[in-house]
Amino acid sequence: MQPFQFSRVGDLQSAYSAFCAADEGADEAHSRSQYLAGGTTLIDLMKLGVMRPDRVVNINDLDQTNAGRIEFAGNRLRLGALARMSTVADHPDVRRDFPVIAESLQLAASAQIRNMASLGGNVLQRTRCSYFRDTSYSNCNKREPGSGCAALDGINRGHAVLGISERCIATYPGDFAQALIALDAQVEVMGRKGPRELPLANLHRQPGQTPHLETTLGPGELITAFRITRAPFTRRSLFLKVRDRQSYEFALASAAVAIDLDRDTVKQARIALGGVATVPWRAHEAEASLKNRRLDETAMSRAADLAFADARPREHNAFKIELGKRTLIRALRQAAAMEI
Amino acid sequence: MASSNEDTGIGLWNRRNFLVTSVVSSMSITFLDQSPANAAPAATPDLRAPYATTIDVNGQRYHLAIDVRTTLLDALRDHIGLTGSKKGCDHGQCGACTVMVNDRRVLSCLTLVATLEGRNVTTIEGLSQADGTLHPMQQAFIDHDAFQCGYCTPGQIVSAVACVKEGHAETDADIREYMSGNLCRCAAYPNIVDAIKQAKTKMKEA
Repeated sequence: MQPFQFSRVGDLQSAYSAFCAADEGADEAHSRSQYLAGGTTLIDLMKLGVMRPDRVVNINDLDQTNAGRIEFAGNRLRLGALARMSTVADHPDVRRDFPVIAESLQLAASAQIRNMASLGGNVLQRTRCSYFRDTSYSNCNKREPGSGCAALDGINRGHAVLGISERCIATYPGDFAQALIALDAQVEVMGRKGPRELPLANLHRQPGQTPHLETTLGPGELITAFRITRAPFTRRSLFLKVRDRQSYEFALASAAVAIDLDRDTVKQARIALGGVATVPWRAHEAEASLKNRRLDETAMSRAADLAFADARPREHNAFKIELGKRTLIRALRQAAAMEI
Repeated sequence: MASSNEDTGIGLWNRRNFLVTSVVSSMSITFLDQSPANAAPAATPDLRAPYATTIDVNGQRYHLAIDVRTTLLDALRDHIGLTGSKKGCDHGQCGACTVMVNDRRVLSCLTLVATLEGRNVTTIEGLSQADGTLHPMQQAFIDHDAFQCGYCTPGQIVSAVACVKEGHAETDADIREYMSGNLCRCAAYPNIVDAIKQAKTKMKEA
């Protein structure tokens, strides 16, 4: 691990100042500072030499501010970005009114990691692409822009089929962000110009020509909270995750679904897919195809086909298209059967 | 002295005592090495200068001056001399290094010790009573033969104690799910589940 300056901060303004102190002149892709929360991604990647910050700003004390709290008032749920995954997964209000959020967190990682990892860090976690994580491969456009992509013709069984480019096919590894994007979550951010907010759908960037730019956050900008509004579909919601082993594993395919059913007719549906795409993936066409339709096998199949219509497989990951469709269909079927 | 080690007895010369003594001796040398650096202020910060911090482990306070990159696991094993927590993968994938921070189980290999000021760490060494009476979970692992090689066992036991306290040990399925972060290459899993069920009952009685 490369040496770094370390600072501990107790409030948002000091966090931003400490971050920027080491970051003057750096562009957003080459930030020399990193915020440290749970550390489950950052410390791992620093040990691997994939991330090499000059300054690490410890923001864990911010969990004593409202950036660490869970608030539910009226129809609005506000999840502080420093809240830990396990705390939110076990929260009774979240479990009752937003099961897709609780399940996406509970099915992720292990109990220890969920106790450490913050919500903000979870949403920003880096890909598990083995060519990104292994610095002995010199060609990774995410690590070294312009160096190429070893995964395109490598072992790409775990890689994405949606949202890919000829420069990067790395899968977005998280689960929670799929629940957030399905429920139209808003992200609160603190930065140079003070607080701002954006839809979660606008937070992550598809790789395109610049796979090293993963988000739309500016230098030093820090996620402080996620806001979700209760809606007719949020209670009938769930997260289904399919993986190589039953627990403590990343998704091969996952689906976050939320539906508002009037008897067996869909009034509204929300669908997001994980394990198959380069970013948290909202399946708008699939959602639209279900609106005002009876939720039968034909409708679910059609929605699944639409969700993967633009999928582009490589040598080893074509199975993800069929697996992803079946995952979505099973998730819809289970959601329809939920007692709420 | 950066750490204390009252259990080092001259007459009990075993591997652990040897390691603890070696660690403490080498640390004194480290301190001597660093005194000139402290005296001469540099224009650019010396990233290798020791970072002074304090941690509380098993109810005892330790003052450390360490490389800021030091993880809690390395601090416990190499600086404090508590070698119960094990280094398996060192990347948060195996659970052998599991300890509790403020009563929540975490991975000490992915925790920088510099982030722990004011927090309480409990390791496997902190579970038994002062008179040597084992924690019900330790006794249950022995009773049910819940290990073979034993390397993952300290992490399993600390994790299992937290699992019961969290209320995630109500069913076999729950135990398996909430213990999935602790890998056992000897595959003692069925026995570990049995041990946790026995200890859960004992812990509730206590």
